[in-house]
Amino acid sequence: MLEVSNLTASYGGASILNGISLEVRNDQVVALLGRNGAGKSTTMKSIMGLVRQKSGSVKYDGVEVMGRESYLICRTGLGYVPEDRRVFTDLTVEENLEVGRRDARDDAPVWTIERLYELFPNLKERRRNLGKQLSGGEQQMLTIARTLMGNPKTILLDEPSEGIAPVIVEQMARVIAQLKSEGLSILLSEQNLHFARLVCDRACIIEKGQVRYDGTFADLDANPDISSQYLAV
Amino acid sequence: MNVLEVRGLSKSFGGIQAVSDVSFDLGEGEFLALIGPNGAGKTTCFNMLNGYLKPDRGSVKLGGRELIGVKPRRIWRMGVGRTFQITETFRSMTVLENVQMALISHHRETGNLFSRATRMHVDKAMSLLETISMADYANRACSELAYGDLKRLELAVALAHEPKLLLMDEPTAGMAPSERIALMALTAEIVARERLSVIFTEHDMDVVFAHSHRIIVLNRGELIAEGTGDEIRANPHVQEVYLGGGTVFENTGATADA
Amino acid sequence: MSFYFAQLLTGLANASSLFLISCGLSIIFGVTRIVNFAHGSFYMIGAYVAYSTITTLDFGILGFWGGVIFASIVVGLVGLLVEVTILRRIYHAPELFQLVATFGLVLIIQDLTLAIWGPQDYLGPRAPGLDRAVRIFGEPIPEYDLALIVIGPLVLAAIWVLFHRTRWGVLVRAATQDREMIGALGVNQAWLFSAAFMLGAFLAGLGGALQVPRESVNLQMDLSVIGQAFVVVVIGGMGSVTGAFVAAVLISVLNAFAVLLFPQISLVLPFLVMAVVLIVRPYGLFGKPGSGHGPAAEPEQPMRLMSKGEAGLLAVFVALLALSPLFAANYTMVLLIDLLVATLFAVSLHFLMGVGGMVSFGHAAYFGLGAYAAALGVKFLGLGMIPAMILGPIAGGLGALLFGWFCVRLSGVYLAMLTLAAAQILWGVTFQWQEFTGGDDGILGVWPASWAKSNQAYFYVAFVLCLGGIWLLQRVAHSPFGYTLRGGRDSAIRAEAIGINLKRHQWMGFTLAGAVAGLAGVVFAFSKGSVFPDTLAISKSVDGLVMVLLGGIHSLAGPILGAGVFVLIEDWVTKLEFWRFIFGVIILVVVLAAPDGVAGGVSRLRGLFSRRTKDGEAAQ
Repeated sequence: MLEVSNLTASYGGASILNGISLEVRNDQVVALLGRNGAGKSTTMKSIMGLVRQKSGSVKYDGVEVMGRESYLICRTGLGYVPEDRRVFTDLTVEENLEVGRRDARDDAPVWTIERLYELFPNLKERRRNLGKQLSGGEQQMLTIARTLMGNPKTILLDEPSEGIAPVIVEQMARVIAQLKSEGLSILLSEQNLHFARLVCDRACIIEKGQVRYDGTFADLDANPDISSQYLAV
Repeated sequence: MNVLEVRGLSKSFGGIQAVSDVSFDLGEGEFLALIGPNGAGKTTCFNMLNGYLKPDRGSVKLGGRELIGVKPRRIWRMGVGRTFQITETFRSMTVLENVQMALISHHRETGNLFSRATRMHVDKAMSLLETISMADYANRACSELAYGDLKRLELAVALAHEPKLLLMDEPTAGMAPSERIALMALTAEIVARERLSVIFTEHDMDVVFAHSHRIIVLNRGELIAEGTGDEIRANPHVQEVYLGGGTVFENTGATADA
Repeated sequence: MSFYFAQLLTGLANASSLFLISCGLSIIFGVTRIVNFAHGSFYMIGAYVAYSTITTLDFGILGFWGGVIFASIVVGLVGLLVEVTILRRIYHAPELFQLVATFGLVLIIQDLTLAIWGPQDYLGPRAPGLDRAVRIFGEPIPEYDLALIVIGPLVLAAIWVLFHRTRWGVLVRAATQDREMIGALGVNQAWLFSAAFMLGAFLAGLGGALQVPRESVNLQMDLSVIGQAFVVVVIGGMGSVTGAFVAAVLISVLNAFAVLLFPQISLVLPFLVMAVVLIVRPYGLFGKPGSGHGPAAEPEQPMRLMSKGEAGLLAVFVALLALSPLFAANYTMVLLIDLLVATLFAVSLHFLMGVGGMVSFGHAAYFGLGAYAAALGVKFLGLGMIPAMILGPIAGGLGALLFGWFCVRLSGVYLAMLTLAAAQILWGVTFQWQEFTGGDDGILGVWPASWAKSNQAYFYVAFVLCLGGIWLLQRVAHSPFGYTLRGGRDSAIRAEAIGINLKRHQWMGFTLAGAVAGLAGVVFAFSKGSVFPDTLAISKSVDGLVMVLLGGIHSLAGPILGAGVFVLIEDWVTKLEFWRFIFGVIILVVVLAAPDGVAGGVSRLRGLFSRRTKDGEAAQ
């Protein structure tokens, strides 16, 4: 279980997060919603140890990981899929997967290259291609597959639908459903509410670096003023 | 008369046909959306319109003048403004100075060595900031702006030289739904007032269906469909290659009144 | 025919050693993005250690190769030490800091080597078993050369296998592109970087050790090889090992034949080849544009005009300076003239870097051009001081106009490397063209006009010219032209998209900065009465970089402060025995402790102080 409490972060003096608290229980998919600049990506980067100026607490399975180097945080079972994909463009698909490979762990689903090719058949066809030869949708799949190679228990998925054709987004939704059924928990940041609703159990809305809503989608629909105030849909 | 006439535009990279034989027109005051799957050739197409890429074949005429082979900065001077998918602004300058720079360039004063740049074209720059409701932000540092504000600033910069045509590459990428609607509504209002024409690429189907007068769809470099929002939505080929089952966007059937 | 074949083999043997040092540099740059000036120093240590080991343990063939390997390992460990203690702390710093820090290392290693091995040159033993020549087509070819020709490709193949067939290699290549991401994927990038750096240093050490039988081991090896290695890495493409090999072969073979036609060409040829290659292929033969995931730059605040208080402070300072001849001692006058020259030089470099975003590793070229133009005007045309002084900025400007045309075609570290190449070409010319420039002996007798002979009078000449130059550049920085340059630095794409011909503006900006550096050069020449090739050497360029860095790059006042601090430190330190060592340590301390320069440090202190007082008030 991932527990974030009172997380603050700043970039070059400007404070981005002002005390975020949220949790992702095992087997849950939680949507992190909010406008651009609300702090979704910074929340994920801070959890992963990629933001330097920060304070608060991030506990994973009861262990404090705040302040650790990001490679150590990854090794506790947290995987991170960045919003801008960051595929290694000069490496082949297979080499990209190799970079993400880590030893299997008892408490998380075990992924092999073959299993990932079943999940993402396009990648198998293109396994000898360089990262830069892939389309945007294929790159998005590759980053997810690359993170799964580390056999994580929980993944932080930053805006997977951004800039992707609707057909591919639908495919992504099926993948996320399968990951959940395998026992992974996911924190998913999203702008696309339709997509988030399809795949997530709970919604967590942030605005100006603070959590403004944390609950089910049903409750969110029952309070249209919340979504109009913070998401304005 | 058509503002822009594109004929037989083709481009290949290392044997792969990125764009093949694309032709379309753009009327005055028209809001045209260019959509399609990733890798369909939208960006390639766009970069050929604004001069960053030279096509293998084809022609692009702006008000009867050929744009192919013309440098991007000359195309700008011919009256084509553009905004970027990822905002490109002068980060070490204020909001006002960003607009002033566009005006200074428009008046061909960038070689001036002795005037104070900050005192030039202040009134015109302020009035441009007013059209995007950012006059209050004039003296803010660009690096402190929220993403949505940067997008609006880019719009003001693109309008500084009173263009005839605006090219917007994924104008709402990375924005929240509310900001998307607000930005596109603002753009639509300015476009109508100034009789501008716009071509934009977009992945947010809500934005596309709400704001475009006409849509063209690219797939594997070819133009596969062209029409109004309703026509495109009903096109089975487009559904198959791009739109999917319509579960991840608002599928109400409402379109902009053209 | 056979003679030419022999010449080809000599070229290939040279290529092997050039490749060994260059590929280490390329690997280090590829992984850490650090342009390692100290790489030549690693090479030098390799040669010294190998010399000592081989001559002490006289074991024949085994002793020789054992010594070579031992020296390479020692250098690898030195590299590891440097990486862990210093470089690891500055991976997030701008490239200028990294460059200056590694230059600090060059100074430190120079003095340490001097302290351990003394100033004399050593002639190494021949390689046992390979000490004869074989006849190929009737020409004698040293066996050792043939061995080198084999070793180069072997090392290339080994590195290729390491990078493409091992997990470590895949990780290193991934780190080359996006170091933050591999951390998030669970890879301990710190050790990956250390290992890559150690490998690079090992290869430099190997290169140096293998040179022992071929040339003398001396204290000039470091800077003489580093220029060549930079050129090879840039031609091949930064980060590409194959590229380094091809470039090393290209340069060495071309050089082997070119010296037959013009014996003096070897100093200049590599840089000419580099200029040609970069114009055709801006990222080198096998290079690619860098990835966007470098260290995130701190957002810079918009420029503002001086406040009343600051303007008052400046006026008082200028007035004090203007009146200083009335009360200052003669020696202080000399120091103040040096200070004015250094400030103008630093301001012109800052204009290029801070305003224009073009980092130059070879700005001394235009300083030196100005100085030499004036000196040559006096020597050959018999010009007086004023006409000769007019010649200086014109020469600096024309030189910058010529080289700038090439340089602005590139950006970032490639641009910096090309500026270095330009400076090295000019340095080579002044050094070798004995009849015209006096070569190493320089040009003497460049004295001011009789009315300006006294230090006090000449101070006023320097005062007017230098303050005039500084005022000019500050004024331009606030003009539409200056804003256009700054805009292009912030976003070249945006500048082009609002109709700006950025390259042309950068070219003119480069020329202006060159002309002002030329002005600083003439003031310098007449203050010393002589010019020498070191006015356009690498170390002079680095002096300028250190001044800009000391002051902090983000403020227009930075270079003024930086030059002041630099001249004072230099004046004090150069009187000491191991002054290079001390100076190198000072540079490292500044880079590690005050990464935003002295000006930034002062404003941070002020911020701390005002916060303290506020807290104090609140407490009451």
